[in-house]
Amino acid sequence: MTHNPDLTSSVIFGLGWLYLLLALLNIWWTARIMKGDPHRDKEAAGWGAYSGLLLMAALAHLTGSSSPEHFHIRMPNFIKEFIDLGAAPVPYFTLTMVLFIAVVVLRKWFVKETVGWVLLNLSVLFLALSMTDYDFRQIVGKPDNVPIVSMLFIVGFFTWLAFKRAVDNDERRAAGKPLFEQEKNEKILVWPDLVYSELICMVVVTVILTAWALLLPAPLEEPASSAQTPNPSKAPWYFLGLQEMLVYFDPWMAGVVLPSLILVGLMAIPYIDYNKLGNGYYTFNERKFAILTFMFGFLPLWVGMIILGTFLRGPNWNFFGIYEPWDAHKLEVLNNVNLSEYFWIYWLQARIPVAPSGAGELTKILFILQREWLGLLLCLFYLAVVPFLLAATIFRSFAIKMGFIRFIVFSNLLLFMASLPIKMVLRWSFSLKYLVGIPEWFFNI
Amino acid sequence: MASVGDYIRGSQIWKSIFRHPAPIDRRNRIVVMLTNFFLHLHPVSIKQQGIALSYTWCMGGITFFLFLAETVTGVLLMFYYRPTLEHAFNDILALRDVTTLGVMREMHRWGAHAMVITVWLHMYRVFLTGSYKPPREFNWVVGVLLLVLTLLLSFTGYLLPWDQLAIWAITVGSNMARATPFLGHEGPGFQLLNIGGFDLITNASDARFILLGGRFVGEMTLNRFYILHCVAIPLVVALLIAIHFWRIRKDGGISQPL
Repeated sequence: MTHNPDLTSSVIFGLGWLYLLLALLNIWWTARIMKGDPHRDKEAAGWGAYSGLLLMAALAHLTGSSSPEHFHIRMPNFIKEFIDLGAAPVPYFTLTMVLFIAVVVLRKWFVKETVGWVLLNLSVLFLALSMTDYDFRQIVGKPDNVPIVSMLFIVGFFTWLAFKRAVDNDERRAAGKPLFEQEKNEKILVWPDLVYSELICMVVVTVILTAWALLLPAPLEEPASSAQTPNPSKAPWYFLGLQEMLVYFDPWMAGVVLPSLILVGLMAIPYIDYNKLGNGYYTFNERKFAILTFMFGFLPLWVGMIILGTFLRGPNWNFFGIYEPWDAHKLEVLNNVNLSEYFWIYWLQARIPVAPSGAGELTKILFILQREWLGLLLCLFYLAVVPFLLAATIFRSFAIKMGFIRFIVFSNLLLFMASLPIKMVLRWSFSLKYLVGIPEWFFNI
Repeated sequence: MASVGDYIRGSQIWKSIFRHPAPIDRRNRIVVMLTNFFLHLHPVSIKQQGIALSYTWCMGGITFFLFLAETVTGVLLMFYYRPTLEHAFNDILALRDVTTLGVMREMHRWGAHAMVITVWLHMYRVFLTGSYKPPREFNWVVGVLLLVLTLLLSFTGYLLPWDQLAIWAITVGSNMARATPFLGHEGPGFQLLNIGGFDLITNASDARFILLGGRFVGEMTLNRFYILHCVAIPLVVALLIAIHFWRIRKDGGISQPL
């Protein structure tokens, strides 16, 4: 195997610009603090010193690109090894869930400007240092993956902004003050205020798009060949969350039923959400359940699984750490067991019922139903009985306010959404393959 | 110079186009919104929060602008690109290497990626500000349809360069259709659709076959995706955008109860 250099001259030079940009941003931040509040001069001095360090780092990169092998600013190996060590689906999902819960619980702290700025700096530094790794660059630097990296920062920023506005409004509400959106809300003329902002916005988007197009060539691989299957074969990036679901569900669920239900569920939101509060302003406290559910679906499940599918899934859809080379021969032991096998073989110590050869169609069907009765019953229970249990317990007030049909639709959509994390946990803890496994009918759940 | 400007603005041609003086006073700022075709999409006046960037994030507007940019760059690309097995890949290669303004392909591709992201963010903002609540329930539904169509536009366009990346991404994506319940030849329940022992749903008649125009991603697929990408989906999108915008006006702005 040829050894690929972690650093090349052009990488070092490019990172120099990134450090320079970060330094300039921090100089602006320092100036902003000094201007805003004279009592924060010590803090400003700290940011100033940090900006100086970044400037030095930028200079070191821009001047030191001639001998890459002797360049010292790179991600330390022990951090790389540590991160790759924990690279597996379970730690990944645990981490995303912990992050999600932390942001929600600590939202008052999270929305502080300094906290946001520190998080931005840390993530850019992590990215910059990681770019000194060959394997990281191979996957993150793919032209089609660049938008995903920028999407991470953009989604992070807007989540921060929305929480900031929500926390502010919730505090105003608690203090009996008017909401931010109500404070300055006079009618103004569309010309010039809106028309000019639209014009500026169009110019900015055009400039960004043109610069992006000039700097980054669009990918073009070998001509199409139906004989050569690439490994891994990946769908376009925005569908990689769905492709990741294939690990846990069969295509008819992961590729057809669940995506359709996502869309139906999205369309159903305005007709399910009876809460009249929070119409036209940011808030968290007034719509906790709605916001948590939507954010859980969008952040850890949708965006989180796109990240997983794009950056962490390699050949044979195996899981790879971000600094790990994609080795097509990496072996992952898959020994997943169906619920029916657990039931008949492990628990009853019996044989799995199989229809005798030459049996009629009806007998075959009955044998299949006998084999899978437990899983079928569980699924039926989940979709038909659990809604009533929910209505009688934790969602009592929802059920009363929504009425019967609305609540049944709502609880079934919610249960389908929950089926993904449930199936994941079952897979990780019991190596469960299918709750209902009827390959004869392509009906595996 | 002022007199030249005055002469132009006083001419019959100018007046026939614009009809009213420049929007420099209150009266004409109102009039311009009512008499200009491109501006009449907007109301004359609007609540301040409806245009505050930290409130709206401008993502819906950017999405629309990107749709226009995709239309312009896409039409330019259509002048060069031929959707046949013989030419498709080489035309893209030529766009990269020799064609003047071949950078239109980059703008088109990155604009498409950006549009997917801005649609999501627009939806995120609309949700977080509760802007789907009455009276805007139906416009949210239209928005979800536009989200689906944006993804389908991007998906159908992904095939057109006809390189390895393209056909295998589409193969992986469209393989799902095989498993459609009842309508896919590897989906649950397809065996129920048979007449006298003959399956109606086979690999040459199922949902995937209809999507691809064949049993695998081939020339008919390229043709189908090209027409979906350049004609069929954009037409539907344009119609839905018109409805989406019209409803914003009729529902009393982008947000807040009436």
